[in-house]
Amino acid sequence: MSASFHLAARYVLRHRFQSALLAGALGLVFALPLCLRVLIDHAQQELRARAAATPQIVGTRGSALDLMMTALYFKRENLIPLPFGALAELRSNRSASAIPLHIRFQAQGAPIVGTELEYFTFRGLHLAAGKQLGRLGDCVVGARLAKQRGLQPGGHVFSSPEQAFDMAGVYPLKMHVTGVLAPNGTPDDEAIFVDVKTAWLIEGRSHGHDDLKEDKSVVLKQEEGNIVGNAAVRMFNEVTDANIASFHFHGDIATYPISAVILLPNNAKAEALLAGQFARSKDKQLIRPQDEMEALLSQLVRLEGFAASALLLTATAALFVTALVFALSFRLRQREFATLEDVGVSRRSLISVKVLEILIVGLAAVFIGLLLLSFASVAAPHLLRMAL
Amino acid sequence: MSDPSGLNVSDLRFAYSGDGFRVHVPRLELAAGKALALAGPSGAGKSTLLRLLTGLLTPTSGQVCLGSAQIDAMSREERRAFRLKEIGLVFQDFALLDYLTVTENILLPHQFREGSADASVRLRMQDLTQRLHIDRYLDKKVSQLSQGERQRVAVARALVHEPRFVFADEPTASLDPARGRIVVDMLLEDARRRGACLVMVTHDPNMLPMFDQTLRMEDLASS
Repeated sequence: MSASFHLAARYVLRHRFQSALLAGALGLVFALPLCLRVLIDHAQQELRARAAATPQIVGTRGSALDLMMTALYFKRENLIPLPFGALAELRSNRSASAIPLHIRFQAQGAPIVGTELEYFTFRGLHLAAGKQLGRLGDCVVGARLAKQRGLQPGGHVFSSPEQAFDMAGVYPLKMHVTGVLAPNGTPDDEAIFVDVKTAWLIEGRSHGHDDLKEDKSVVLKQEEGNIVGNAAVRMFNEVTDANIASFHFHGDIATYPISAVILLPNNAKAEALLAGQFARSKDKQLIRPQDEMEALLSQLVRLEGFAASALLLTATAALFVTALVFALSFRLRQREFATLEDVGVSRRSLISVKVLEILIVGLAAVFIGLLLLSFASVAAPHLLRMAL
Repeated sequence: MSDPSGLNVSDLRFAYSGDGFRVHVPRLELAAGKALALAGPSGAGKSTLLRLLTGLLTPTSGQVCLGSAQIDAMSREERRAFRLKEIGLVFQDFALLDYLTVTENILLPHQFREGSADASVRLRMQDLTQRLHIDRYLDKKVSQLSQGERQRVAVARALVHEPRFVFADEPTASLDPARGRIVVDMLLEDARRRGACLVMVTHDPNMLPMFDQTLRMEDLASS
């Protein structure tokens, strides 16, 4: 056995690149279904956990999936906005706490989440540095984003314009970073949190500018006590101590848009009543993220079944190809085996040599497969974050 | 009077199927410690006879006895086991494995027989390789050696386990006369010292006087 193993090992080592290539291909083919399983398990676990931690979400009637992905993962799904007045209605009910979410803008790819301080308590988010949102224009940054961008309390971050060449569109707002959150391994780590009023400021619902009463050169017209400024009026893109008093809202705040409301019912009865109440609503919907997520995951599991079957077929094909590679290799080495036979090496020993060569490559393939699997386990959270 | 520990052949016949080529050896005896040269022109059947004597070919009829073992009556596996233990073979094409070192090639049959090479075998290998002037190449792959060096590795492999029967098919074909002489001297000396039978195929008439017996294939053809 030791002579057979020695001979097999020497042959594999002599042809180490070809053997490594074969083992790598085999390892990859067999590790892929397992890696897929690991990734899906991790994704399911994370998705379920986030959904389970969010009892109910209210939004305008439409895609429940879009509403859930917006509220849980801050995806900009172009939801029809909910009027801010709906929040007051929900709060008047007193059977649940309500947290508004305004998710429309980004700062260099990171979502800007307009909300209230209650959101941080609800998600168990703590500050690792700095202080909470204090006034208009302040922002608190998620741990991972802060690390990636080197953001610290005292720094600033600009909101991104929605369209680069839309002159009439949203102007970038220079937001002051007041705090950085401690990491918690959720999408909150990669978001910028602002007060919902700051989100409206980015949207242009409120603004600050030069005092028109002091500088007559920027006045376009004056009628019935209203002063209309001309294009020379200087609009502020940053809230400072000096200009904060000039910021003001136009119109009725109750009509201002929000994306969704997270509802935290006081008890199971309140949860059921709220669900019943919104079931009759024609313009609003209430979803239970846990149910929506299960529906989504059941589809994913079905897809995984197809993917696993396809990968299994690929693995079978790879197995056949490998068998063919070995058969051809042994055929090409017939002269070598004939030499060993002539010297007197037994048929059993020759079979051992061949089997051991296959085993060595097979073990190398298993090793490579396990490496890939451990990589998948470690990389799963990062891959999931990239996917979501 | 035949030596029961030597080589004894009686009425050995062999013919390739569908071929007119035949070998017939009515009688051949070689005592232990003696050397036999197989001489004759190319195609006369020297290598075929060598393969018959070592059990690599099965005779159509007749007997081949190596010591007390009747090799033609053995099964394929028994013949292999016998070759591995009792026979040292030097092939015309050396039959070395290119991906192994000189040491590994020399010790390979021994390892398949015993599992590992003990100190005495390694000592004998060193002695043989020194005498054959290939001791500098022990850790080199045989693919890096010249033809002559490879042939000497094949000779060392055939002798390292001290077989009772040594068969060499033109072991000097790739060597210059001086080195050829060294190899033949060594094969003869080794066989005589250990009381082993040596059968060697050669084309070189100058070497025939060194052997105890000579079998000319053309004589067989006329018998």
